Amino acid sequence: MSAAVSLPAPVDAAPRPSGVRPTRGATAARFVAVLLLAAVWVFPLYWMAVTAVSPADAVREGRVPLVPTSPTLDGVRTAFTEYSVGPWILSSFAIATVAVALSVVLSLLAGYVLAKQEFPGKALVSLFVVATLMIPAEVVLIPQFDLIARIGWVNSFWAVIVPRAAEAFGVFLTRQFLLTLPDEMLEAARLDGAGELRILWSVVLPLCRPLIAVLVVVTFMYRWNEFALPLVVLRDPDLYTLPVGLAFLQGQYATDYPALMSGALLSSLPVLLLFVLAQRSFVSGLARTGLK
Amino acid sequence: MSVTTAGDVASAGPPGKLVRPGRPGGRGRTASAYLMLAPVLVIFAVFLAYPLLGAFTTSLTDATGIGAARGVGLANYRDMLADPVFWRATGNTVLLTVVSVPLVLGSGLGLATLLLRNLPGRPVFRALFLAPYVISGVVVAMTGHWIFDENVGVVNRALRALGSDGVAWQSSSGAAMVSVLVMLVWARSGLAVIVYLAALQEVPQQLIEAATLDGAGRWQRLRYVVLPQLRPTTFFLAVIMVIETFRTFDVVYVMTKGGPQHATELLVTYSYAQGFAARAQGYGSAIGVTVFVVVLVGTVLWWRAQARTEADL
Repeated sequence: MSAAVSLPAPVDAAPRPSGVRPTRGATAARFVAVLLLAAVWVFPLYWMAVTAVSPADAVREGRVPLVPTSPTLDGVRTAFTEYSVGPWILSSFAIATVAVALSVVLSLLAGYVLAKQEFPGKALVSLFVVATLMIPAEVVLIPQFDLIARIGWVNSFWAVIVPRAAEAFGVFLTRQFLLTLPDEMLEAARLDGAGELRILWSVVLPLCRPLIAVLVVVTFMYRWNEFALPLVVLRDPDLYTLPVGLAFLQGQYATDYPALMSGALLSSLPVLLLFVLAQRSFVSGLARTGLK
Repeated sequence: MSVTTAGDVASAGPPGKLVRPGRPGGRGRTASAYLMLAPVLVIFAVFLAYPLLGAFTTSLTDATGIGAARGVGLANYRDMLADPVFWRATGNTVLLTVVSVPLVLGSGLGLATLLLRNLPGRPVFRALFLAPYVISGVVVAMTGHWIFDENVGVVNRALRALGSDGVAWQSSSGAAMVSVLVMLVWARSGLAVIVYLAALQEVPQQLIEAATLDGAGRWQRLRYVVLPQLRPTTFFLAVIMVIETFRTFDVVYVMTKGGPQHATELLVTYSYAQGFAARAQGYGSAIGVTVFVVVLVGTVLWWRAQARTEADL
């Protein structure tokens, strides 16, 4: 079973160095240094949260205290009532959920074939999938928009979901993961007359839980945070995703910081929560793929 | 769907010998392989390869997105070379890359070194440093816009408390660039932290112990033992970060809109402004193609580094 897990070992499980043992004093000093750096690092996020619960006049006059003295939910209320943050969150959730489900399924299918099957043209297919990694989304934005307009998908969630349903990183992560799976298991199933989809479903899939966790959390983060594509194809403000809506608010109401930071906070909480719950999957997935 | 032919069963190979999976042969098996690959291949072809071709062909036209486009040869590229804003955007992109990538790698390695070994609460700290990386670029930009607000932002409030007049983060071009740089480094260093942390744990302890026995101090061990061991990691991160920086869009688009007066304009934001806001699709595409060529070179380097790293392992 453990042979199936090719994802990098979780950092915490690594062997402790034995030789160069730091003294207790040195560790304490290091701890204090890290604590201070972490405080600085997290400050912008903290400040986002503080601003979200601060009264608008205090923010406007630049006298928000470092620790909130009179927290209020006015900013959050404005974000939902005056601006359409609610529908935007729903858009983002709908798009991210469908896109993640699709891309996990398609990555498993393609990754399984590339890892465990031999067929004519395999090298060429692999090369093609690799090549797509070299196409930055921002570079093809203009022709992509033209294409989507011709399909008639402007203002359709499909315009954001379908082009991202296949992810080269997901295909490769799956391939790498499955390469370590012993072929004997598959051969046994093949001898029993099982088809490839059957094998993928009942032999391979049950071993893929850590892989699927990584694919889900990393892909969710990408889709939830996605900006350029929804920006150009979703023109109707009611259909905006949360990042597009927030960018629009930033442009229109640049100084209504409590409402803006409430929106920013609402955008950050789901990914931060997912990140806390599945930190290992995040860390191994990001350390492995690197490209956002 | 998938068919296991009799031939496959017959050639299953002697037990004990490593059996190669799904040998070529059975036409049914080839068909099933392509069926399972089809969705991914079709999506890549339609939504990436075809638009890439489109970027090249559009860059040779005067397309506006309305009406028919006429071919104009290389005119867009000639215009580009004569366009001071294009050069400003190129300069800014290169400057941002040259400054931010070493900062990201340096802070990543520094923080990873501090987190290494049995530090109490390490998973928590690691999570805190990675947090800015998992939130959206739009949120990073909004937060940056707010903390660097010239009048009531917390950065200028702190500077004023220290007796300075504060900095014109939004209206002065140099300061605006610095504020973008700070937010980008903040948002991206977390990745370098976790990648370095993983790599540092792979450095053989015997090497470090041997160096210690030879009398090497902390800095000498870092300089002569650890850093050379980390070279493939550093190269991998550097290439990734160069590509990411060349692709930077959301942070700048939301935080400064490329302003003031194109002071923070990047190639990708300028391509967007031309292609969508100004409806000069041909010109915008020409800028996009330029970015593509640069990223292509970077990605090829990345793949070669990947291959080398894997060969080393």
